[in-house]
Amino acid sequence: MSTVLPLRVEDLTLILGGEKLIDGLSLTMAEPGISVIMGFNGAGKSLFLRLLHGLVPQTSGSIHWAGEGNSENMRLRQAMVFQSPILLRRSVAANIDFALKVRGLGSVRRRDELLELVGLSHMLERPARLLSGGEQQRLALARALSCRPEVLFLDEPTANLDPASVALIEDTLKGAAADGMKIIFVTHDVGQARRMGAEIVFLHQGKLEEQSPASTFFTRPVSRVSQAYLAGRIVV
Amino acid sequence: MHGFESAFGLAFGLLFSADADLMEIIALSLRVSLTALLVSCLIGLPLGALVATCRFWGRSALLVLMNALMGLPPVVVGLIVYLYLSRAGPLGWMQLLYTPTAMIIAQTILITPIIAALSRQILEDLHEEYSEQFRSLNVPWPAEIAALLWDGRFSLITVALAGFGRSIAEVGAVIIVGGNIDHLTRVMTTAIALETSKGDLPLALALGLVLLVIALTVNALAFVMRQAASKFAYA
Repeated sequence: MSTVLPLRVEDLTLILGGEKLIDGLSLTMAEPGISVIMGFNGAGKSLFLRLLHGLVPQTSGSIHWAGEGNSENMRLRQAMVFQSPILLRRSVAANIDFALKVRGLGSVRRRDELLELVGLSHMLERPARLLSGGEQQRLALARALSCRPEVLFLDEPTANLDPASVALIEDTLKGAAADGMKIIFVTHDVGQARRMGAEIVFLHQGKLEEQSPASTFFTRPVSRVSQAYLAGRIVV
Repeated sequence: MHGFESAFGLAFGLLFSADADLMEIIALSLRVSLTALLVSCLIGLPLGALVATCRFWGRSALLVLMNALMGLPPVVVGLIVYLYLSRAGPLGWMQLLYTPTAMIIAQTILITPIIAALSRQILEDLHEEYSEQFRSLNVPWPAEIAALLWDGRFSLITVALAGFGRSIAEVGAVIIVGGNIDHLTRVMTTAIALETSKGDLPLALALGLVLLVIALTVNALAFVMRQAASKFAYA
């Protein structure tokens, strides 16, 4: 069970190059499970994820996990899977070993379990960068899970993947969420958000447009922009 | 032309008979250049990694300096090392002038900037690629440096080979601080210069051939390593 919740974000603002990319965003996430962040391109979804993970420092506002500010210590309880997996120029096994060693969690058994989980146990010694896109993303997910995070961030982890890889990643995430991990992920795939999300956070132009339980969001979206998004209309 | 051909014949004769003087010169050349390379890598690689991964005041000036030092004129380096090691110099008490150690020092000064500047560029590109993942994993700085050096090893070997190529072919600095003393500080390049001036072309040619073979081998090694690394997506 995650001990980092509730997540409280207050008046979060990020200004880069004179442009306000995240604009006074406030929200609370109190429940474990999967929160899906959605929105049009340029809404600030990926930046919001990076802010929550502490990879980008905010200009103003605050982020608190169970009352504790976003610190390096907090990042040790989190992990992130990027849209384009960043894999070391090493074998599949060595990529996991690196994370396990850095986090002081080293164990061959743990590595083998995770690779089994993501269907890569037969590729231990294969160079990670020679894997297919789907395999690379599954490896990145296994590496993130190797850190035993309480919060897992994923930035469009299944973009451009084949259905089998998508299904495997979704099943793995559902399993992790069922074990009490808080999962926050960005996707443009409405079907995936319906399948996976317990709640939907909808951003528009760096602001929180709507935060609702998934069942509500997909049947009775409150915001005009959310309605347009779900209807496939462009909002300027 | 006949003299040229006979010089070649004599050169090959010296090589295939493993002439003792020739072997001594080759061995000393390799010892000096490989030791200088080792010391340069021990200094240059961490320095390159440090500059690649850290942002600090004066970094840009340091980058310009590192790049400029890659083109250090060997004779100037030789002269400076000579002044330091000569009897009246600040390090004269060490009595290193006209020894292989002095030659190693001069070559180290020459190739360390090459190792540092070229490795900095490689490691900075790699760091740019890895940095977000490293921050996400909270990788401590020493582990970050170690990972960059390990993952960049195939490119860094090429850098080291470039440094070796520079040192083995260098003549200006080693002749000033080594003195080209027979059986003590005579290396291939200085011997070629001397034998050519004496008109003893066979020995000069034999040494020239060895230098060419070394240069070719070094480049072939670098090529093969890069190819192998690319094949396995490690480069």
